[in-house]
Amino acid sequence: MQKMTGAECTVRLLERQGITTIAGIPGGTNLPLYDALSRSETITHILARHEQGAGFIAQGMARTTGKPAVCLATSGPGATNLVTAIADAKLDSVPLVCITGQVPTPLIGTDAFQEVDTYGMSIPITKHNFLVRSAQDLLTVIPEAFRIAMSCRPGPVLVDIPRDVQVEEIAVDAFPLPASADAPPVVAQSDIEKAAQMINSASRPVLWVGGGVVAAQADALCKEMAETASMPVTMTLMGLSVIPRDHELNIGMLGMHAERYTNMAMEGCDLIVAAGVRFDDRATGKVNEFCPNAKVIHIDIDHCELDKLRSASLGILGDIKDVFSKLLPKIDSKPRKEWNEYLGALKAAFPQHAPMESGFESPQKFIRLVGEIADDSAIVTTDVGKHQMWTAQSYPFTGGRQWLTSGGLGTMGFGLPVAIGAALAAPDKKVLCFSGDGSLLMNIQELATAVEHNVNITVILFNNQCLGLVHQQQELFFEGNIFSCEYPVALDYVTILRGFGWHVCDLAEDCSEEIVRQALATEGPCLIHMPVSRDEKVLPMVPPGAANRVMIGGDSNG
Amino acid sequence: MAKRTVLDILVKNHAGVMAHITGLFSRRAFNVEAILCLPVADGATSRIWLLVNEDGRLEQMMRQMRKLQDVYEVAACSEYTSVFSDLTSVMNTEMETVE
Ligand SMILES: Cc1ncc(C[n+]2csc(CCOP(=O)(O)OP(=O)(O)O)c2C)c(N)n1
Repeated sequence: MQKMTGAECTVRLLERQGITTIAGIPGGTNLPLYDALSRSETITHILARHEQGAGFIAQGMARTTGKPAVCLATSGPGATNLVTAIADAKLDSVPLVCITGQVPTPLIGTDAFQEVDTYGMSIPITKHNFLVRSAQDLLTVIPEAFRIAMSCRPGPVLVDIPRDVQVEEIAVDAFPLPASADAPPVVAQSDIEKAAQMINSASRPVLWVGGGVVAAQADALCKEMAETASMPVTMTLMGLSVIPRDHELNIGMLGMHAERYTNMAMEGCDLIVAAGVRFDDRATGKVNEFCPNAKVIHIDIDHCELDKLRSASLGILGDIKDVFSKLLPKIDSKPRKEWNEYLGALKAAFPQHAPMESGFESPQKFIRLVGEIADDSAIVTTDVGKHQMWTAQSYPFTGGRQWLTSGGLGTMGFGLPVAIGAALAAPDKKVLCFSGDGSLLMNIQELATAVEHNVNITVILFNNQCLGLVHQQQELFFEGNIFSCEYPVALDYVTILRGFGWHVCDLAEDCSEEIVRQALATEGPCLIHMPVSRDEKVLPMVPPGAANRVMIGGDSNG
Repeated sequence: MAKRTVLDILVKNHAGVMAHITGLFSRRAFNVEAILCLPVADGATSRIWLLVNEDGRLEQMMRQMRKLQDVYEVAACSEYTSVFSDLTSVMNTEMETVE
């Protein structure tokens, strides 16, 4: 039997769970936890500069490893600052365990200093949440938090621990076993038979993959399935890294910023095999005009997703890896020549808008260039805006957990801290962060965190001195009434980043492949600054709310 | 009047569970017409009855409810609506003001 405080008990439970890195910021109500953490021999603490940064650093670790990562904040403003990162994790199904300090139990509900209702506030943005009532409860709550975060469809879990619970002494007989994920639902054999029959008899099938495939680590199986059935593959934003960019069956991302031929291919299919996707409006366009004639096999681990927006001809509840491994042996190997030739003709008639060559003439060409120079194992993060869509359209992905972007919430400020988390979780890899000037400013304080830990990240900043995607929408859909999206004062990012201690490569001064190579070979945090015209657009584009066949631009290789 | 039904929900009996459930309704601007809740068995669980309008979204909401960690069972049962009608006379009396 050992005596310890609630704080010490929490730290021990995290250690036993295999946690080695925690991002956070201390404050009044989590100081006992920090005191206990200071004595941990296995956990390193990353001091973020803003709790949103801490939340996203944890996300970077979780998105890179697929395992739950931990962030730590104090009560009140610490907890409210975490909210955006937690909501982002919820929408993209990222496993997090967020621990917040809370005012002492007797003060809860009295509007005490730095008291907010963290439990109530986090209900709609977490998979589950806890308000811990006694130190003894920590022995069940902490492992439960991890189990819930990683089981089935992953997600964020919040544990709110009042200060008095952290200092309460308890006697611990034995620690519970570290949590493991629940077994996924068992797939019905009849569903497998039916799916195989539907795929085998389809003449124009499309495999549509999303973030669920990445979470299930089923990318290799997806590729095999596609190859066996000669079934073209389209991806959501979250599934872009499932199939290598240059694979002959890859027909690109569908939806709002798809290539024209991709959305047209979808119009022509007779069966959609939708795996780990949630029929998001950015992907489907106006949902009741989305492939109305196609049958749908929808495979997902979350029952709520089946029939949520489009009723499937066949809904399969299960783990995609498990489903595909059972399905694959039953799939007939077929060339589907006619269908693939038709797609080839579509592609020839409506050539890809994204450039095929790399270079410096446009952001997209430059993204390709960076991707070609960087190692295949590089991890790519983005912020949110035009640069995000350009990266989605042009980066030469090669597979796996390589692509970290804010899909569901679309959070500006995501890129830099997530890149830091990714670099901490995969220190042997290069991390690239494609960002815009608007987004970089939203978590710019984390430049300091990056320098402190000398993480191996390169930020590629497309500086158009405006909120570019907003600018584009005002131009296209508000008759060019450009309002409140331009930055009239040019910031000197080169000096700012040097001031933080970053290496800087300024393409405004000099640009050549050699300079980019050098920048990418730099160990530690490095900025590549690239000025971009405000008029560079993201095209083609489906106007918000329209059907996917209504596209602006992309009819020529412009 | 819209056709009504009752959602019969078995939950873990603790302070946050009602907020988790009602949150599913408030975010959709879906009104709950009446609520009954009593502890059952040893008090570790509670049974909640929600009187709601029949609506195409109910199936999705029941699935969301089953995903909540503190919810053990969910069913829809239109026979229970009469229990709420019986309560109407009780609830329609004047509220007592305590001086
Ligand atoms: C936190 C947050 N606030 C507002 C928005 C709305 N928004 C979407 S894109 C965008 C502009 C992004 O500008 P920038 O980061 O410079 O990228 P660019 O589009 O110029 O490439 C804005 C304001 C958002 N997605 N996230």
